[in-house]
Amino acid sequence: MAIWIQEGSKLLIQGITGSQGTFHGEKMVEYGTDVVGGVTPGKGGQIVQLADRNVPVFDGMIEAVEKTDADATVIYVPPPFAGEAIMEAADAFDRVKGEGVIVCITEGIPTLDMVKAVAYVNDRPGIRLIGPNCPGIITPGENGGCKIGIMPGHIHSKGRIGVVSKSGTLTYEAVAQTMSIGEGQSTCIGIGGDPVNGTGFIDCLSAFESDPQTVAVVMIGEIGGTAEEDAAQWAAANMSKPIVGFVAGSTAPPGKRMGHAGAIISGGKGTAAEKFAAFEAAGIHIARDPSEIGAVLKVALEKSGLL
Amino acid sequence: MVRRIVERQLLARRIVDMNIHEYQGKELFRSAGVKVQEGVHCKSVEDALAAYDSLGSKVVAVKSQIHAGGRGKGNLYCPDSGDLLMEGGVKIAFSKDEVKEYSENILGHILVTKQTGPEGKLVSNLYVEAGCEIEHEYYLALLVDREAKAVLIMASTEGGMDIEEVAENTPEAIHKIWVDPSAGLLGFQKRNLGMALGLSGTALKDFFGMIGKLYDVFTCNDCSMVEINPLVRTKYDEMIALDAKVGFDENASFRHKKWDEMRDLSEEEPTETRANEAGLSYVKLDGDIGCLVNGAGLAMATMDVIKLYGGEPANFLDIGGGANEEKVQEAFEIILEDPNVKGILVNIFGGIQRCDIVAKAVLSVSENMGLEVPLVIRLSGTMFEEGRAIIDASDLDCTSVETLAEGAESIVGLIRGE
Repeated sequence: MAIWIQEGSKLLIQGITGSQGTFHGEKMVEYGTDVVGGVTPGKGGQIVQLADRNVPVFDGMIEAVEKTDADATVIYVPPPFAGEAIMEAADAFDRVKGEGVIVCITEGIPTLDMVKAVAYVNDRPGIRLIGPNCPGIITPGENGGCKIGIMPGHIHSKGRIGVVSKSGTLTYEAVAQTMSIGEGQSTCIGIGGDPVNGTGFIDCLSAFESDPQTVAVVMIGEIGGTAEEDAAQWAAANMSKPIVGFVAGSTAPPGKRMGHAGAIISGGKGTAAEKFAAFEAAGIHIARDPSEIGAVLKVALEKSGLL
Repeated sequence: MVRRIVERQLLARRIVDMNIHEYQGKELFRSAGVKVQEGVHCKSVEDALAAYDSLGSKVVAVKSQIHAGGRGKGNLYCPDSGDLLMEGGVKIAFSKDEVKEYSENILGHILVTKQTGPEGKLVSNLYVEAGCEIEHEYYLALLVDREAKAVLIMASTEGGMDIEEVAENTPEAIHKIWVDPSAGLLGFQKRNLGMALGLSGTALKDFFGMIGKLYDVFTCNDCSMVEINPLVRTKYDEMIALDAKVGFDENASFRHKKWDEMRDLSEEEPTETRANEAGLSYVKLDGDIGCLVNGAGLAMATMDVIKLYGGEPANFLDIGGGANEEKVQEAFEIILEDPNVKGILVNIFGGIQRCDIVAKAVLSVSENMGLEVPLVIRLSGTMFEEGRAIIDASDLDCTSVETLAEGAESIVGLIRGE
């Protein structure tokens, strides 16, 4: 068991006929993801070839979910239409199955569109949104697995470490670090760096805590907001499994937005120092350099009698 | 706990992408029917004197226009001599002579406030506004609360003061409502907020109407923040916005073409603006190691690790996902424009980004521009073998490494000549 996405999960691609949709669609199929269909309004009935697979295109999400019984969808729709794409997916999964996972990769969605979309998703309890502005979610399998998003599949391997991160490329760094000590991953999730998003750190920690395949978690935060502090506090009270934590942005100057819309230190709040301190207070094992995550994880596993 | 919530909200309100001047914010308010005083935007002392005549008000406010708060308590300095010219960037003038004196002291001079940093900001815009008879000052702000994932409206009876101080000392004086995005701002919420401020009668009615219009301004214009400090109740029980601090969410610029006209480029760091136009995120720092990275988190981590190995990063630079050769080239140009840069660390962990594209771009940059500083390249992830092969097959003088730590150690060593 991994979390939320299993090796055999069936996936739809919203924006399948766009260049990003096709490029990453192909990579997902090559990895072993069961891509069962795609949606581009006005292009229903077409067939898109992704690697060795012919994938049907539908005009809308309701029809796509009905015909394919998909478990999840990934969104590569441009920012002006992405908020609505999330809501269309939530509506379809809710009506047809009562559940579904929506992964939104798109970067640059207006914040007020996300406020609306997140409220819409939260009104439908069986629906989970991951992202936006994130690399996606991957559950590596024995042979391939289920990759939903834009992460490079080849760096992953099935295992017992859960990974959750606000940053895309740092997630890959964390994965490479687990591999450096011979550990694979149960599920890796990028929750995205936007100020308003779906799934948060606590949702992920809580799911990893109940997942029998996962024995330890690597958590990567960054400056801005208080999600890391909240997660640390939650973990101290609720997590029995060891966590290794890193926070990016120790050297970031205050008042400047560091790439991600949410990554900003203001009024002396949201600093990496505060987040590291919260991690430490919660008993989280800290790596000050992402290249040390592997070594710190090894120590954490040893201490918990897992090595 | 209350303290913590307020801190979070203060944090959220600063997530602003594009700021506009007070006079522009008031134009937005005016066209939405939010009450503001008559005022004139001025670029010269002559403009200001003409504005005084046209307003027909004996008392006027002469207000420096810069994209930073704390103007009233700021100081104006001469840019050449550094002499203090005047205390206070917002002045009340009781005669035409005073308008002349104040506007002469403001225009073309440097205003230093708590928020500008010691270098201050050059003031080239002025707003002359009719005075009004103030009975009480309030604070009002609309912003997106990232934890509650909703628009938050925050008000306080302690207007005119630094809201951070109010939050610190008297958090109970701050009242809040969160807007359900599907229901919109509801009547009872507006009424409750007004009553929490102690308003009644005409003033409450005025507040009720105003707050609905402000919510429309916020949502229709994709604002990241609207802050009015102070919002005033006049002797005649009217509610008037005496200030307007408005920020827009840059992500929504595709549906607001008029923002281009409102943008004051002199308020922005030119290299950061140029990077932005090229689709890059760049923040200049004080160190000497240029960084070129894909992904915001990894770019921050790269800076952090350089520092851990005893170096100082010269910049934050995220080329984003799927950058093409031109974009990578532009990124190199921006880094090399900084005369402090003594070496460059390229750190790519490809997801969307293909390493071979970065490798090709690095080669063409070195051919076109000639790289005179040490270069360390770390390529990992999507198509990294192809990327490394391109670098290895070339005669480019650079160090190729496998991990971020090796990269940081190596560039710091090269700069120190070790």
